[in-house]
Amino acid sequence: MSAAASPEQIVRDGPATGPAVLFVLPLFEEANRLRRTVRLAMRALAERGVGSTLPDLPGQNESLVPTVDATLTNWRAALAGHIANADRPVLVASIRGGALIDDIAGAARWRLAPVRGASLLKTMMRTRIAGDREAGLDTSMAELEAKATNEAVRLAGNVLSPAMIAQLRVAEPAALAPCRDVALGAGDNALPGRPLWLQAEPGEDAGLATAIANDINAWMTSCEII
Amino acid sequence: MIFEGADTVEATVRAVLRDVLGIDEARVAGFDAQTELFGSLPELDSMAVAGLLTELEDRLGMTVDDDEVDGEIFENFGALVRFAQTKALG
Repeated sequence: MSAAASPEQIVRDGPATGPAVLFVLPLFEEANRLRRTVRLAMRALAERGVGSTLPDLPGQNESLVPTVDATLTNWRAALAGHIANADRPVLVASIRGGALIDDIAGAARWRLAPVRGASLLKTMMRTRIAGDREAGLDTSMAELEAKATNEAVRLAGNVLSPAMIAQLRVAEPAALAPCRDVALGAGDNALPGRPLWLQAEPGEDAGLATAIANDINAWMTSCEII
Repeated sequence: MIFEGADTVEATVRAVLRDVLGIDEARVAGFDAQTELFGSLPELDSMAVAGLLTELEDRLGMTVDDDEVDGEIFENFGALVRFAQTKALG
């Protein structure tokens, strides 16, 4: 299967041949909080001889697509296109809300701290309500939810369509093997690090980046992608 | 997740404050019931409150009705823990 080349920016690191890791950042504002750490993880993978790519989702980061045109469906399709065009085995490594769109047949998955769409949506709605309040507007959650069902609304800097909001309300990380889930913390299936996606202050976590690279590298070997 | 008691809820509230506000483990460990939050912790603004409420919901398996959230629950650590315990333990 071939797909049209993506017009979106793709950051690449490491060897251009052999198996590759396709990183899917968290969605919306959380993506900005993880980008630097994921770039460090890509560098660390390159040092281990593993190539990786980080494409922009249509409507996010440098993309020229208006965010209001984005849906989880077309994000998933964009990722499937990258995999189809890769011409090499691909492991999808998603973080947080990235796990809502990584269910692409034929690719193995690695997930860090997957989250339900409803949780992301609720935080974005609360952020909008808090912003409204600072501007002297009293918006209730019920009013905002009703409005978002019928028209595009701006939530935490992103204009989201009713279609996107309807999808986020019910989206869950899909159960689709092969898949490895890791969380932050100590012990098996956990990586040491800070939950940067929760924190407004920009930061990076080099220790977490190294742990991500090591864990993905080991998982690629164990699920025979390498 | 099943939470057994008030101490577990308090530990979770501490962890959520640490994670959402990005503050030191040692600093959060020193919080007592009288430690003032909103207005005293510069990291805790109204935007941070949005993430904090959702994170409490997810980790404690509870639902917060936003209309019942007022400034009082963020007045000090004790008030926030009591609010979370009421919601999570009933």
